[in-house]
Amino acid sequence: MTAFWTLIARELRLAFRAGGEALVLVLFFIMVGAIVPFAIGPDRPQLMRLAPGIVWIAAFLAMLLGLDRMFRADEDDGALMLMRHAVLPLEAIVAAKLIAHWLVTAVPVLLALPILALLLSMEGPQLAMTALGMLVGTPALVGLGGIGAAVTVGLRRGGLVAPILILPLAIPVIIFGVGMADPMSGRGATLFLIALSLVVAVLSPFAAALALRASGE
Amino acid sequence: MTTVSAKKPNWFSSLAHPGNFLAWSRYLVWPLALLTVAAFAVGLWFAFWNSPDDYQMGDMVRVMYVHVPNAWLSQFVYAVMALSAFGTLVWRHPLADVANKAAAPLGATFTALALFTGSLWGRPTWGTYWEWDGRMTSTLVLLLIYLGIIALWRAFDDQLRAGRIIAIVTLVGALNIPVIKFSVDWWNTLHQPASVFTANGPRMPLPLLIPLLTMMLAFTLLFSLLQVLRMRTEILRRRADSLSRQAALQGVAS
Repeated sequence: MTAFWTLIARELRLAFRAGGEALVLVLFFIMVGAIVPFAIGPDRPQLMRLAPGIVWIAAFLAMLLGLDRMFRADEDDGALMLMRHAVLPLEAIVAAKLIAHWLVTAVPVLLALPILALLLSMEGPQLAMTALGMLVGTPALVGLGGIGAAVTVGLRRGGLVAPILILPLAIPVIIFGVGMADPMSGRGATLFLIALSLVVAVLSPFAAALALRASGE
Repeated sequence: MTTVSAKKPNWFSSLAHPGNFLAWSRYLVWPLALLTVAAFAVGLWFAFWNSPDDYQMGDMVRVMYVHVPNAWLSQFVYAVMALSAFGTLVWRHPLADVANKAAAPLGATFTALALFTGSLWGRPTWGTYWEWDGRMTSTLVLLLIYLGIIALWRAFDDQLRAGRIIAIVTLVGALNIPVIKFSVDWWNTLHQPASVFTANGPRMPLPLLIPLLTMMLAFTLLFSLLQVLRMRTEILRRRADSLSRQAALQGVAS
Protein backbone atom coordinates (compact mmCIF):
# COMPACT_ATOMS: atom_id res chain seq x y z
CA MET A 1 0.00 0.00 0.00
CA THR A 2 2.91 2.36 0.66
CA ALA A 3 3.94 2.02 -2.97
CA PHE A 4 0.45 3.09 -3.96
CA TRP A 5 0.56 6.24 -1.84
CA THR A 6 4.12 6.96 -2.91
CA LEU A 7 3.01 6.83 -6.51
CA ILE A 8 0.20 9.29 -5.88
CA ALA A 9 2.62 11.59 -4.07
CA ARG A 10 5.07 11.32 -6.97
CA GLU A 11 2.40 12.26 -9.49
CA LEU A 12 1.31 15.23 -7.40
CA ARG A 13 4.88 16.40 -6.93
CA LEU A 14 5.56 16.13 -10.64
CA ALA A 15 2.40 18.02 -11.46
CA PHE A 16 3.16 20.87 -9.09
CA ARG A 17 6.83 21.23 -9.94
CA ALA A 18 6.63 20.88 -13.70
CA GLY A 19 5.20 24.11 -14.93
CA GLY A 20 1.92 24.31 -13.06
CA GLU A 21 -0.21 22.61 -15.66
CA ALA A 22 -3.13 22.53 -13.26
CA LEU A 23 -3.27 26.30 -13.40
CA VAL A 24 -3.29 26.30 -17.18
CA LEU A 25 -6.18 23.86 -17.17
CA VAL A 26 -8.14 26.07 -14.78
CA LEU A 27 -7.42 29.03 -17.00
CA PHE A 28 -8.63 27.10 -20.02
CA PHE A 29 -11.78 26.03 -18.17
CA ILE A 30 -12.66 29.62 -17.27
CA MET A 31 -11.81 30.92 -20.73
CA VAL A 32 -14.02 28.41 -22.52
CA GLY A 33 -16.85 29.30 -20.18
CA ALA A 34 -16.21 33.00 -20.57
CA ILE A 35 -16.18 32.86 -24.36
CA VAL A 36 -19.72 31.49 -24.58
CA PRO A 37 -21.47 34.78 -23.71
CA PHE A 38 -19.63 36.39 -26.61
CA ALA A 39 -21.04 33.75 -28.90
CA ILE A 40 -24.65 33.66 -27.69
CA GLY A 41 -25.08 37.15 -26.25
CA PRO A 42 -25.02 38.54 -22.72
CA ASP A 43 -28.68 37.83 -22.00
CA ARG A 44 -28.61 36.88 -18.30
CA PRO A 45 -31.72 34.68 -18.06
CA GLN A 46 -30.62 32.73 -21.12
CA LEU A 47 -27.09 32.35 -19.73
CA MET A 48 -28.53 31.16 -16.44
CA ARG A 49 -30.56 28.52 -18.25
CA LEU A 50 -27.59 27.28 -20.25
CA ALA A 51 -25.00 27.61 -17.48
CA PRO A 52 -24.83 23.96 -16.31
CA GLY A 53 -24.33 22.78 -19.88
CA ILE A 54 -21.65 25.39 -20.53
CA VAL A 55 -19.80 24.51 -17.33
CA TRP A 56 -19.89 20.80 -18.13
CA ILE A 57 -18.63 21.32 -21.67
CA ALA A 58 -15.84 23.57 -20.41
CA ALA A 59 -14.83 21.03 -17.78
CA PHE A 60 -14.98 18.21 -20.32
CA LEU A 61 -12.77 20.11 -22.78
CA ALA A 62 -10.30 20.96 -20.02
CA MET A 63 -10.15 17.29 -19.13
CA LEU A 64 -9.51 16.29 -22.75
CA LEU A 65 -6.73 18.84 -22.91
CA GLY A 66 -5.00 17.27 -19.93
CA LEU A 67 -5.34 13.69 -21.15
CA ASP A 68 -2.02 13.46 -22.89
CA ARG A 69 0.00 14.14 -19.75
CA MET A 70 -1.36 11.08 -17.98
CA PHE A 71 0.97 8.46 -19.45
CA ARG A 72 2.92 10.25 -22.18
CA ALA A 73 5.84 11.55 -20.11
CA ASP A 74 6.27 8.21 -18.34
CA GLU A 75 6.26 6.40 -21.66
CA ASP A 76 8.87 8.76 -23.08
CA ASP A 77 11.33 8.54 -20.19
CA GLY A 78 10.89 4.81 -19.70
CA ALA A 79 9.19 4.96 -16.31
CA LEU A 80 6.17 3.19 -17.73
CA MET A 81 8.36 0.29 -18.80
CA LEU A 82 9.49 -0.10 -15.17
CA MET A 83 5.93 0.15 -13.97
CA ARG A 84 4.90 -2.68 -16.27
CA HIS A 85 7.37 -4.91 -14.46
CA ALA A 86 6.83 -3.57 -10.95
CA VAL A 87 5.80 -5.70 -7.98
CA LEU A 88 2.68 -3.60 -7.61
CA PRO A 89 0.19 -4.77 -10.26
CA LEU A 90 -0.14 -2.44 -13.20
CA GLU A 91 -3.84 -2.08 -12.44
CA ALA A 92 -3.01 -0.57 -9.03
CA ILE A 93 -0.43 1.72 -10.59
CA VAL A 94 -2.96 2.94 -13.12
CA ALA A 95 -5.51 3.44 -10.35
CA ALA A 96 -2.99 5.55 -8.42
CA LYS A 97 -2.27 7.60 -11.52
CA LEU A 98 -5.98 8.10 -12.17
CA ILE A 99 -6.56 9.28 -8.60
CA ALA A 100 -3.61 11.67 -8.85
CA HIS A 101 -4.87 12.91 -12.20
CA TRP A 102 -8.30 13.54 -10.72
CA LEU A 103 -6.72 15.49 -7.86
CA VAL A 104 -4.63 17.56 -10.24
CA THR A 105 -7.24 18.29 -12.93
CA ALA A 106 -10.74 17.91 -11.50
CA VAL A 107 -10.26 19.47 -8.08
CA PRO A 108 -8.78 22.76 -9.36
CA VAL A 109 -11.56 23.01 -11.93
CA LEU A 110 -14.09 22.41 -9.19
CA LEU A 111 -12.47 25.13 -7.08
CA ALA A 112 -12.65 27.52 -10.03
CA LEU A 113 -16.31 26.77 -10.62
CA PRO A 114 -17.59 29.72 -8.50
CA ILE A 115 -15.76 32.17 -10.75
CA LEU A 116 -17.42 30.78 -13.85
CA ALA A 117 -20.73 30.61 -11.99
CA LEU A 118 -20.47 34.31 -11.29
CA LEU A 119 -19.79 35.08 -14.95
CA LEU A 120 -22.70 32.95 -16.11
CA SER A 121 -25.05 34.23 -13.37
CA MET A 122 -25.51 30.81 -11.86
CA GLU A 123 -26.92 30.90 -8.37
CA GLY A 124 -28.19 28.99 -5.39
CA PRO A 125 -29.42 25.43 -5.87
CA GLN A 126 -28.42 25.36 -9.54
CA LEU A 127 -24.81 26.10 -8.65
CA ALA A 128 -24.87 23.66 -5.76
CA MET A 129 -26.25 20.84 -7.90
CA THR A 130 -23.78 21.54 -10.71
CA ALA A 131 -20.87 21.51 -8.27
CA LEU A 132 -22.13 18.31 -6.70
CA GLY A 133 -22.62 16.80 -10.12
CA MET A 134 -19.08 17.65 -11.16
CA LEU A 135 -17.71 16.26 -7.92
CA VAL A 136 -19.53 12.99 -8.55
CA GLY A 137 -19.16 12.88 -12.33
CA THR A 138 -15.54 13.85 -12.90
CA PRO A 139 -14.21 10.46 -11.72
CA ALA A 140 -16.10 8.89 -14.62
CA LEU A 141 -14.60 11.42 -17.03
CA VAL A 142 -11.11 10.80 -15.67
CA GLY A 143 -11.61 7.03 -15.87
CA LEU A 144 -12.76 7.16 -19.50
CA GLY A 145 -9.97 9.61 -20.25
CA GLY A 146 -7.49 7.20 -18.68
CA ILE A 147 -8.63 4.46 -21.05
CA GLY A 148 -8.26 6.85 -23.98
CA ALA A 149 -4.80 7.95 -22.88
CA ALA A 150 -3.64 4.37 -22.30
CA VAL A 151 -4.92 3.25 -25.69
CA THR A 152 -3.09 5.98 -27.56
CA VAL A 153 0.14 5.99 -25.53
CA GLY A 154 2.04 4.10 -28.22
CA LEU A 155 1.04 6.53 -30.96
CA ARG A 156 3.33 9.31 -32.03
CA ARG A 157 0.49 11.19 -33.64
CA GLY A 158 -2.20 9.97 -31.31
CA GLY A 159 -2.95 13.25 -29.59
CA LEU A 160 -6.15 13.78 -31.51
CA VAL A 161 -7.43 10.23 -31.53
CA ALA A 162 -8.01 9.90 -27.77
CA PRO A 163 -10.60 12.71 -27.60
CA ILE A 164 -12.40 11.27 -30.63
CA LEU A 165 -12.66 7.94 -28.84
CA ILE A 166 -13.67 9.37 -25.48
CA LEU A 167 -16.27 11.89 -26.65
CA PRO A 168 -19.07 9.49 -27.60
CA LEU A 169 -18.45 7.33 -24.53
CA ALA A 170 -18.73 10.33 -22.21
CA ILE A 171 -22.18 11.36 -23.44
CA PRO A 172 -24.04 9.63 -20.58
CA VAL A 173 -21.87 11.45 -18.02
CA ILE A 174 -22.72 14.80 -19.60
CA ILE A 175 -26.42 13.94 -19.84
CA PHE A 176 -26.78 12.95 -16.20
CA GLY A 177 -24.42 15.66 -15.00
CA VAL A 178 -26.39 18.43 -16.67
CA GLY A 179 -29.61 16.63 -15.79
CA MET A 180 -28.78 16.91 -12.10
CA ALA A 181 -28.97 20.69 -12.27
CA ASP A 182 -32.40 20.49 -13.87
CA PRO A 183 -34.99 20.82 -11.09
CA MET A 184 -37.44 18.73 -13.11
CA SER A 185 -35.28 15.64 -13.25
CA GLY A 186 -35.57 14.60 -9.62
CA ARG A 187 -33.14 12.27 -7.93
CA GLY A 188 -32.78 9.90 -10.87
CA ALA A 189 -29.95 11.80 -12.53
CA THR A 190 -27.91 11.95 -9.32
CA LEU A 191 -28.22 8.23 -8.71
CA PHE A 192 -27.42 7.32 -12.32
CA LEU A 193 -24.39 9.59 -12.30
CA ILE A 194 -23.09 8.05 -9.07
CA ALA A 195 -23.64 4.56 -10.46
CA LEU A 196 -21.89 5.43 -13.71
CA SER A 197 -18.96 6.98 -11.87
CA LEU A 198 -18.54 3.99 -9.58
CA VAL A 199 -18.66 1.48 -12.44
CA VAL A 200 -16.19 3.46 -14.55
CA ALA A 201 -13.89 4.01 -11.58
CA VAL A 202 -13.78 0.28 -10.87
CA LEU A 203 -13.39 -0.94 -14.46
CA SER A 204 -11.19 1.72 -16.03
CA PRO A 205 -7.92 0.79 -14.24
CA PHE A 206 -8.26 -2.74 -15.60
CA ALA A 207 -9.06 -1.65 -19.15
CA ALA A 208 -6.30 0.97 -19.14
CA ALA A 209 -3.74 -1.45 -17.69
CA LEU A 210 -4.68 -4.01 -20.34
CA ALA A 211 -4.13 -1.42 -23.04
CA LEU A 212 -0.81 -0.34 -21.53
CA ARG A 213 0.39 -3.94 -21.45
CA ALA A 214 -0.71 -4.51 -25.02
CA SER A 215 1.10 -1.41 -26.24
CA GLY A 216 4.26 -2.39 -24.39
CA GLU A 217 4.58 -5.83 -25.93
CA MET B 1 2.06 -20.89 -25.58
CA THR B 2 4.23 -22.87 -27.96
CA THR B 3 3.92 -26.03 -25.90
CA VAL B 4 0.16 -25.75 -25.97
CA SER B 5 -0.01 -25.20 -29.71
CA ALA B 6 2.13 -28.28 -30.24
CA LYS B 7 -0.91 -30.48 -29.80
CA LYS B 8 -2.98 -31.10 -32.87
CA PRO B 9 -5.18 -28.08 -33.59
CA ASN B 10 -8.90 -28.73 -33.61
CA TRP B 11 -10.97 -28.22 -36.72
CA PHE B 12 -12.08 -24.74 -35.71
CA SER B 13 -8.62 -23.28 -35.23
CA SER B 14 -7.42 -24.93 -38.43
CA LEU B 15 -10.36 -23.31 -40.26
CA ALA B 16 -9.43 -19.98 -38.78
CA HIS B 17 -5.74 -20.15 -39.62
CA PRO B 18 -5.18 -17.20 -41.98
CA GLY B 19 -3.64 -19.34 -44.72
CA ASN B 20 -6.42 -21.92 -44.53
CA PHE B 21 -8.97 -19.14 -44.41
CA LEU B 22 -7.63 -17.77 -47.68
CA ALA B 23 -7.88 -21.23 -49.20
CA TRP B 24 -11.45 -22.11 -48.24
CA SER B 25 -12.98 -18.64 -48.35
CA ARG B 26 -12.13 -18.46 -52.05
CA TYR B 27 -14.92 -20.93 -52.71
CA LEU B 28 -17.28 -18.83 -50.60
CA VAL B 29 -17.08 -15.63 -52.62
CA TRP B 30 -19.00 -16.60 -55.75
CA PRO B 31 -21.83 -18.53 -54.07
CA LEU B 32 -22.25 -15.70 -51.57
CA ALA B 33 -22.30 -13.14 -54.36
CA LEU B 34 -24.94 -15.09 -56.28
CA LEU B 35 -27.04 -15.58 -53.16
CA THR B 36 -26.81 -11.87 -52.39
CA VAL B 37 -27.90 -10.88 -55.88
CA ALA B 38 -30.77 -13.37 -55.80
CA ALA B 39 -31.96 -12.18 -52.39
CA PHE B 40 -31.82 -8.56 -53.54
CA ALA B 41 -33.72 -9.38 -56.70
CA VAL B 42 -36.50 -11.10 -54.78
CA GLY B 43 -36.50 -8.49 -52.02
CA LEU B 44 -36.60 -5.51 -54.38
CA TRP B 45 -39.31 -7.11 -56.47
CA PHE B 46 -41.37 -7.56 -53.31
CA ALA B 47 -40.56 -4.08 -52.11
CA PHE B 48 -41.46 -2.27 -55.30
CA TRP B 49 -44.20 -4.31 -56.90
CA ASN B 50 -45.59 -6.82 -54.53
CA SER B 51 -46.20 -5.04 -51.26
CA PRO B 52 -49.19 -2.91 -50.30
CA ASP B 53 -49.12 0.82 -49.61
CA ASP B 54 -49.45 1.85 -46.04
CA TYR B 55 -52.82 3.44 -45.30
CA GLN B 56 -51.08 6.42 -43.68
CA MET B 57 -47.74 6.71 -45.42
CA GLY B 58 -48.68 5.52 -48.88
CA ASP B 59 -45.71 4.75 -51.05
CA MET B 60 -43.32 6.14 -48.47
CA VAL B 61 -43.54 2.92 -46.53
CA ARG B 62 -41.20 1.39 -49.08
CA VAL B 63 -38.30 3.33 -47.56
CA MET B 64 -38.63 0.91 -44.69
CA TYR B 65 -37.25 -1.89 -46.86
CA VAL B 66 -33.87 -0.21 -47.10
CA HIS B 67 -33.92 1.65 -43.80
CA VAL B 68 -34.64 -1.19 -41.39
CA PRO B 69 -32.00 -3.58 -42.83
CA ASN B 70 -29.35 -0.88 -42.53
CA ALA B 71 -30.38 -0.11 -38.96
CA TRP B 72 -30.30 -3.81 -38.13
CA LEU B 73 -26.82 -4.16 -39.63
CA SER B 74 -25.53 -1.10 -37.79
CA GLN B 75 -25.99 -3.08 -34.57
CA PHE B 76 -25.26 -6.53 -35.94
CA VAL B 77 -21.86 -5.44 -37.28
CA TYR B 78 -20.92 -4.02 -33.89
CA ALA B 79 -21.84 -7.34 -32.32
CA VAL B 80 -19.56 -9.06 -34.85
CA MET B 81 -16.77 -6.64 -33.95
CA ALA B 82 -17.27 -7.17 -30.22
CA LEU B 83 -17.15 -10.94 -30.72
CA SER B 84 -13.96 -10.68 -32.75
CA ALA B 85 -12.50 -8.35 -30.10
CA PHE B 86 -13.22 -11.06 -27.57
CA GLY B 87 -11.43 -13.52 -29.83
CA THR B 88 -8.44 -11.21 -30.06
CA LEU B 89 -8.13 -10.73 -26.32
CA VAL B 90 -8.84 -14.27 -25.17
CA TRP B 91 -7.30 -16.44 -27.90
CA ARG B 92 -5.03 -13.84 -29.50
CA HIS B 93 -6.34 -15.01 -32.80
CA PRO B 94 -4.84 -13.23 -35.81
CA LEU B 95 -8.00 -13.69 -37.84
CA ALA B 96 -10.06 -11.95 -35.16
CA ASP B 97 -8.00 -8.77 -35.61
CA VAL B 98 -8.58 -8.96 -39.32
CA ALA B 99 -12.32 -9.44 -38.82
CA ASN B 100 -12.50 -6.40 -36.55
CA LYS B 101 -10.56 -4.24 -38.95
CA ALA B 102 -12.60 -5.39 -41.94
CA ALA B 103 -15.94 -4.88 -40.22
CA ALA B 104 -15.40 -1.36 -38.87
CA PRO B 105 -15.82 0.62 -42.13
CA LEU B 106 -18.70 -1.65 -43.17
CA GLY B 107 -20.48 -0.97 -39.90
CA ALA B 108 -19.86 2.74 -40.21
CA THR B 109 -21.27 2.73 -43.74
CA PHE B 110 -24.40 0.81 -42.79
CA THR B 111 -24.95 3.11 -39.80
CA ALA B 112 -24.53 6.20 -41.97
CA LEU B 113 -26.95 4.74 -44.51
CA ALA B 114 -29.45 3.98 -41.75
CA LEU B 115 -29.27 7.60 -40.62
CA PHE B 116 -29.49 8.87 -44.20
CA THR B 117 -32.46 6.77 -45.24
CA GLY B 118 -34.07 7.48 -41.90
CA SER B 119 -33.87 11.20 -42.41
CA LEU B 120 -35.20 10.87 -45.96
CA TRP B 121 -38.08 8.88 -44.54
CA GLY B 122 -38.59 11.28 -41.66
CA ARG B 123 -38.97 14.35 -43.83
CA PRO B 124 -42.29 13.43 -45.50
CA THR B 125 -43.73 11.43 -42.58
CA TRP B 126 -42.62 13.43 -39.52
CA GLY B 127 -41.92 16.71 -41.30
CA THR B 128 -38.26 16.90 -40.29
CA TYR B 129 -34.94 15.49 -41.42
CA TRP B 130 -33.63 15.23 -37.91
CA GLU B 131 -35.19 14.89 -34.51
CA TRP B 132 -33.32 14.32 -31.25
CA ASP B 133 -35.27 11.17 -30.74
CA GLY B 134 -33.70 8.50 -28.57
CA ARG B 135 -33.15 5.96 -31.32
CA MET B 136 -31.76 8.42 -33.84
CA THR B 137 -29.45 9.93 -31.26
CA SER B 138 -28.03 6.61 -30.15
CA THR B 139 -27.53 5.58 -33.78
CA LEU B 140 -25.59 8.79 -34.31
CA VAL B 141 -23.45 8.03 -31.27
CA LEU B 142 -22.87 4.53 -32.61
CA LEU B 143 -21.64 6.06 -35.87
CA LEU B 144 -19.23 8.26 -33.88
CA ILE B 145 -17.89 5.20 -32.07
CA TYR B 146 -17.36 3.41 -35.40
CA LEU B 147 -15.51 6.42 -36.77
CA GLY B 148 -13.33 6.60 -33.65
CA ILE B 149 -12.37 2.95 -34.07
CA ILE B 150 -11.55 3.48 -37.75
CA ALA B 151 -9.43 6.50 -36.83
CA LEU B 152 -7.58 4.40 -34.28
CA TRP B 153 -6.94 1.63 -36.82
CA ARG B 154 -5.48 4.18 -39.19
CA ALA B 155 -3.31 5.79 -36.51
CA PHE B 156 -1.33 2.62 -35.78
CA ASP B 157 1.60 1.50 -37.89
CA ASP B 158 1.98 -1.85 -36.19
CA GLN B 159 -1.25 -3.66 -37.03
CA LEU B 160 -0.66 -6.58 -34.66
CA ARG B 161 -0.31 -4.34 -31.64
CA ALA B 162 -3.22 -2.25 -32.89
CA GLY B 163 -5.43 -5.34 -32.93
CA ARG B 164 -5.19 -5.95 -29.19
CA ILE B 165 -5.60 -2.31 -28.24
CA ILE B 166 -8.56 -1.76 -30.52
CA ALA B 167 -10.14 -4.91 -29.17
CA ILE B 168 -10.13 -3.27 -25.74
CA VAL B 169 -11.71 -0.12 -27.16
CA THR B 170 -14.33 -2.17 -29.00
CA LEU B 171 -15.30 -4.00 -25.82
CA VAL B 172 -15.41 -0.80 -23.77
CA GLY B 173 -17.68 0.61 -26.46
CA ALA B 174 -19.85 -2.51 -26.39
CA LEU B 175 -20.29 -2.13 -22.61
CA ASN B 176 -21.08 1.52 -23.08
CA ILE B 177 -23.63 1.29 -25.88
CA PRO B 178 -26.51 0.11 -23.64
CA VAL B 179 -25.67 2.86 -21.15
CA ILE B 180 -25.66 5.46 -23.91
CA LYS B 181 -28.96 4.16 -25.25
CA PHE B 182 -30.54 4.27 -21.81
CA SER B 183 -29.17 7.73 -20.99
CA VAL B 184 -30.31 9.16 -24.30
CA ASP B 185 -33.82 7.81 -23.78
CA TRP B 186 -33.84 9.29 -20.27
CA TRP B 187 -32.58 12.63 -21.58
CA ASN B 188 -35.11 12.74 -24.37
CA THR B 189 -38.13 12.03 -22.21
CA LEU B 190 -36.91 14.69 -19.80
CA HIS B 191 -36.63 17.36 -22.44
CA GLN B 192 -39.53 16.63 -24.73
CA PRO B 193 -42.24 14.11 -24.14
CA ALA B 194 -42.47 11.84 -27.12
CA SER B 195 -45.35 12.86 -29.34
CA VAL B 196 -44.79 11.63 -32.85
CA PHE B 197 -42.96 8.52 -31.87
CA THR B 198 -45.47 7.00 -29.49
CA ALA B 199 -47.06 5.31 -32.48
CA ASN B 200 -46.00 1.93 -31.21
CA GLY B 201 -46.28 0.22 -34.56
CA PRO B 202 -49.11 -2.25 -34.56
CA ARG B 203 -48.14 -5.74 -35.34
CA MET B 204 -46.82 -5.72 -38.85
CA PRO B 205 -49.08 -7.41 -41.40
CA LEU B 206 -47.57 -10.30 -43.30
CA PRO B 207 -47.50 -8.60 -46.74
CA LEU B 208 -45.15 -6.01 -45.27
CA LEU B 209 -43.17 -8.42 -43.14
CA ILE B 210 -42.15 -10.81 -45.92
CA PRO B 211 -40.45 -8.18 -48.11
CA LEU B 212 -38.82 -6.68 -45.03
CA LEU B 213 -37.36 -9.99 -43.89
CA THR B 214 -36.17 -10.74 -47.43
CA MET B 215 -34.42 -7.39 -47.63
CA MET B 216 -32.85 -7.90 -44.19
CA LEU B 217 -31.55 -11.25 -45.36
CA ALA B 218 -30.23 -9.66 -48.57
CA PHE B 219 -28.42 -6.91 -46.70
CA THR B 220 -26.97 -9.36 -44.20
CA LEU B 221 -25.71 -11.50 -47.08
CA LEU B 222 -24.21 -8.39 -48.63
CA PHE B 223 -22.41 -7.68 -45.38
CA SER B 224 -21.10 -11.26 -45.18
CA LEU B 225 -19.85 -11.07 -48.75
CA LEU B 226 -18.10 -7.74 -48.24
CA GLN B 227 -16.70 -8.92 -44.92
CA VAL B 228 -15.18 -12.05 -46.46
CA LEU B 229 -13.75 -10.00 -49.34
CA ARG B 230 -12.31 -7.40 -47.01
CA MET B 231 -10.79 -10.03 -44.73
CA ARG B 232 -9.14 -11.72 -47.71
CA THR B 233 -7.81 -8.38 -48.91
CA GLU B 234 -6.46 -7.54 -45.47
CA ILE B 235 -4.69 -10.89 -45.09
CA LEU B 236 -3.14 -10.52 -48.55
CA ARG B 237 -2.13 -6.95 -47.77
CA ARG B 238 -0.39 -8.05 -44.58
CA ARG B 239 1.32 -10.84 -46.44
CA ALA B 240 2.51 -8.45 -49.14
CA ASP B 241 3.68 -6.10 -46.41
CA SER B 242 5.78 -8.71 -44.67
CA LEU B 243 7.15 -9.97 -48.01
CA SER B 244 8.31 -6.51 -48.99
CA ARG B 245 9.83 -6.10 -45.54
CA GLN B 246 11.72 -9.39 -45.97
CA ALA B 247 12.87 -8.34 -49.42
CA ALA B 248 14.13 -5.05 -48.02
CA LEU B 249 15.96 -6.92 -45.27
CA GLN B 250 17.66 -9.22 -47.79
CA GLY B 251 18.54 -6.23 -49.90
CA VAL B 252 20.30 -4.71 -46.91
CA ALA B 253 22.07 -7.96 -46.04
CA SER B 254 23.48 -8.68 -49.49
